[in-house]
Amino acid sequence: MTTTTAKPVPAARKGGGAQQKLLAFASLIVLVIGFSLASPNFFQVANIMAILQATSVNGVLAVGVTLIIITGGIDLSIGTLMTFCSVMAGVVLTWWGMPLVLGVAAAIATGALCGLISGTFVARMKIPPFIATLGMMLMLKGLSLIVTGTKPIYFNSTPGFTTIAQGSLIGAVIPEFPVPNGVLILFLVAGAAAWVLSRTVLGRYTFALGSNEEAVRLSGVNTAAWKMAIYALSGAICGIAGVLIASRINSAQPALGLGYELEAIAAVVIGGTSLAGGRGTILGTLIGALIMSVLTNGLRVLSVAPEWQTVVTGAIIIVAVYADQLRRGRAA
Amino acid sequence: MSELVRMEGIDMRFPGVHALKAVNFDLRKAEVHALMGENGAGKSTLMKVLSGVYQPGAGRILIDGTEVTVPGPRAAQDLGIGIIHQELALMKDLTVAQNIFIGREPRKSFGRLDEARLNAAAAALFASMNVTMDPRAPVEGLTIARQQMVEIAKALSHRSRVLVMDEPTAALNDAEIAELFRIIRQLRSEGVGIVYISHKMDEIKRIADRVTVMRDGAWVGTVEAADTPIARIIAMMVGRELTDETVQIPDLSVAETALEVRHLGRGRAVRDVSFSLKKGEILGFAGLMGAGRTELARLIFGADPRDGGEIIVHGQHRQISSPEQAVRAGIGYLSEDRKQFGLALGMDVRANIALASLPRYSDMLGRIDEGKLGEIARDYIARLAIRTPSDAQEVRLLSGGNQQKVVIAKWLLRDCDILIFDEPTRGIDVGAKAEIHRLLESLAADGKAIIVISSELPEVLRLSHRIAVMCEGRLTGFLPGGASQEEIMALATKRDSMGEGEAA
Repeated sequence: MTTTTAKPVPAARKGGGAQQKLLAFASLIVLVIGFSLASPNFFQVANIMAILQATSVNGVLAVGVTLIIITGGIDLSIGTLMTFCSVMAGVVLTWWGMPLVLGVAAAIATGALCGLISGTFVARMKIPPFIATLGMMLMLKGLSLIVTGTKPIYFNSTPGFTTIAQGSLIGAVIPEFPVPNGVLILFLVAGAAAWVLSRTVLGRYTFALGSNEEAVRLSGVNTAAWKMAIYALSGAICGIAGVLIASRINSAQPALGLGYELEAIAAVVIGGTSLAGGRGTILGTLIGALIMSVLTNGLRVLSVAPEWQTVVTGAIIIVAVYADQLRRGRAA
Repeated sequence: MSELVRMEGIDMRFPGVHALKAVNFDLRKAEVHALMGENGAGKSTLMKVLSGVYQPGAGRILIDGTEVTVPGPRAAQDLGIGIIHQELALMKDLTVAQNIFIGREPRKSFGRLDEARLNAAAAALFASMNVTMDPRAPVEGLTIARQQMVEIAKALSHRSRVLVMDEPTAALNDAEIAELFRIIRQLRSEGVGIVYISHKMDEIKRIADRVTVMRDGAWVGTVEAADTPIARIIAMMVGRELTDETVQIPDLSVAETALEVRHLGRGRAVRDVSFSLKKGEILGFAGLMGAGRTELARLIFGADPRDGGEIIVHGQHRQISSPEQAVRAGIGYLSEDRKQFGLALGMDVRANIALASLPRYSDMLGRIDEGKLGEIARDYIARLAIRTPSDAQEVRLLSGGNQQKVVIAKWLLRDCDILIFDEPTRGIDVGAKAEIHRLLESLAADGKAIIVISSELPEVLRLSHRIAVMCEGRLTGFLPGGASQEEIMALATKRDSMGEGEAA
């Protein structure tokens, strides 16, 4: 209106986040260069593709749980929910013989519904997220085993199911870079989530809830409804992860799933998202997930025992969060 | 009577505030010395200096005639100074005895706790106070009054000869107050000197030997309680100076009623409150701390559930049981604690202004129209003169006055025409205060209906077209704008001492 108002500074608002992403990104580059120097087998197209493929499932889960962590919550049920979603896809496709699209839709819808239930526990019944999703984690694990009778469901009768994750649309165009579709899906999901977070009302409330939930409630916002929507969205993303993992192993393995939630949360934390809520980025989470799979892959290429890979991953989490604390201490 | 404590020329500054201005205070053995003054007069600050919480910029403290330094709370304990803060500081999951001896637990060999000795020592303390209390009871289940007994016992366990009590009766009923006074009298007879901070006039007459009044961080006077009329003490508390700007009361005889509240209640905090508010009116709510004004505001705004009562907005009965419904009815609430309840501090000015109106500026997909919001935010920044480098500045980096303006902008953008300001200038420096006051007046002139809750009487008088006074959850009366501070204080201390049993 008047000439006295300052110009908007779009770059300034991302200041803190950019720095924390930079830190994680630099670590990723250092790791890649380090492993490349240590072993000639590391920086090969095939190996890079393997790393990306290995990132896809954990990455998608991590993107989903990033949304919840930004609200100040946590979701421990994402691993077993992923499995339950792939089981539901198996039921629809293999047992009922429905078309591929419906199987994918069933997985995503199952995820959204379960997310909505978790969200109800947290937002309406005021059960702490840790407890509510711990309960969901166990219930879903049990349900997967009950539905399948503890036996895996194979997707042999659904042609094209494995290509969802394993095929390569990009490879068909550029044969030198056969990026698996699973990776493509990861980037699409991440892009969509980043867009939701930065551009939509849902995204704005996600940050606002984590920043000061009571202030949001006192602004006249129906915080419970929005929180449930965020859990549902995160659940739907778990459904996509369920399709991806089932497609990669051409089966729904009901006993799988436990432990995936912690890997995903680790990726989120390494990516600089605060467990206290209010801050976080999808790009950071992606980088966090990549750091974890680069580490696992690189150490394997160097023939380090898998036991040590786990130890190193644990140490990385501590280092990442401590680095973030140091940065924040300076900022404050 | 011999002198226990003498504080001379105590001076203390916080950034932007001269909290204590060369204050003198003394306490004798076996006396109850009341320390009085309005909120912010410096009573608690002075006692925090005595108990080692703050270090004074100048002045000296003498105990039994010897100059001492009190570098910390621990040192105060060693000097025999015990303080019972207004906010009780007990660990609710521990037992009574464990609380009293926290950090000093009797031990057996190998560092094992001696619970038996612990409980026996606590029992002995309560016996000396003539109070029946189970040392093994968890503190959580105790009433506030019983918890206070635990705090007193804790202070006595340090062999305190000086006991400071900061508004001890704020949450007590009459029977509990009587029991507290019995203990205070007993301690006095045993030679303990008691500093009693309060602003309840009737209590002073019942319990105090001498009264010291403070105002704006300065010592006003010390008088004998027995031969000083209450009116004189009130006059000392509020002073005689007038505010430089006086309120202009508009003619609202034809203005329509914006808000009407009937028989609103919630437990003991808010009891049967009814009032109405016109468009263009500023209704001030005065009262002492704990009078129930904030609680009333939260009821009107649907932030807390109410026991009963009706809320009528623009002639229509509204079902308001959540802030969402209140906002839809056009009611905005600006909390006294902006940081906790009003702002998302880590988010920028634009996002905070838009926080209550996002759905209006987004499309069906939920996409936010950032361009439009930026335009609106910059418009409000200009209109309310919010000093910020840009609309993309995080609000935590703004000053208190500018943060308050961001909250005001939030409600104006949401088209709220009934605005409840709870302590609108708390934590805001003097210059910005006048600016906020003028902003409130111009909002009223634009036809907004405004409620102002303030603990600062000059602020209430400066702004209010009409003044409602509350005491202990009840509306004790209305005064016209420009009423005297004495009239307000009389209503604010009009306690309802009859028939307040546990049945309520």
